[in-house]
Amino acid sequence: MSKFKRKTGKGSPKVNTASLPDIVFMLLFFFMVVTVMRDAELKLSITTPYATELTKLEKKSLVNYLLIGKPIIRYQDLYGTAPRLQLGDKISTIADIPIFLEKHRIRVSENQRPSITSSLKIDGRVTMGIVQDIKTQLRKSNQLKVNYSAKKRPQ
Amino acid sequence: MARISAKDRMDNEINAGSMADIAFLLLIFFLVTTTMAEDKGILVKLPPWSDEKPDITRLKERNVFSVLVNASNQLLVRGEPTEIDNLRERTKEFISNPQRLTNLSENPRKAIISLKNDRGTSYETYLSVYNELQGAYAELRHDEALKRYGKAYDVCSVSERKAIRNDIPLILSEAEPTSFGEEN
Repeated sequence: MSKFKRKTGKGSPKVNTASLPDIVFMLLFFFMVVTVMRDAELKLSITTPYATELTKLEKKSLVNYLLIGKPIIRYQDLYGTAPRLQLGDKISTIADIPIFLEKHRIRVSENQRPSITSSLKIDGRVTMGIVQDIKTQLRKSNQLKVNYSAKKRPQ
Repeated sequence: MARISAKDRMDNEINAGSMADIAFLLLIFFLVTTTMAEDKGILVKLPPWSDEKPDITRLKERNVFSVLVNASNQLLVRGEPTEIDNLRERTKEFISNPQRLTNLSENPRKAIISLKNDRGTSYETYLSVYNELQGAYAELRHDEALKRYGKAYDVCSVSERKAIRNDIPLILSEAEPTSFGEEN
């Protein structure tokens, strides 16, 4: 009756590892997709404040980032200790904002331009003076959609 | 030199054993460089810039909810000092005016929030004030959605949300800040 031969020998059976590359590749692709390469070196120390009414920024390509904070210790000889503005990877002045916005705008297709959002990553300890000046400049450049970056307040 | 027979060559396969190692290497690279993007924040629409002075139309005082923040991060809400923790409740009361008091807003559509800060106000305080004001509106809209449609504001359809937003619009006017505080 028995067609199946009992295996002789006690050698432990080998685990088939042929699918291992597939599994690893799957993980690889997942991380490749969610990875956001940090494109600019952070020259300011920024701790965003906490808030509860948060909106998620949807399309990364439609967002430009303006960073405001005190320069980190390594750059304090160069830029001083007063709060500064960083656009891309450069410490800039408020007068540089229109060009920065325009450079981003031309890379976006025309029908998507109205939904360009400026994400303001501002250190909580900064005073409103510099923030106000930047807001005024944004209004003058007709960049009205603004997102004040904040962290979710822990319960 | 030993000749390789044609048969042997047919049997040759590429050794795929190292494939996993290569993939692991890449995987670890991406694991290390990944920063799970958590780009969240308070969305604000700034008013367009105009060089003309805004015309001062007289608003009824009862419809204006003035919030002033000074350089030492203290709040003055409608003329009385207030803690930031009470701001949300006071705002909600002002907008909805459940008891129809004569010193609170006539109705949510006419309510205007006026926010004014100093150049010396810390950004953290400014943002938490803004957060409380937006939060008050979010809660009122949520309550209205429950009352009207029996479901949360988040799950309402676009037109339902629009109707609610139309009845409880967020009208927030930011005045030019004072500059008593010291710039750091």
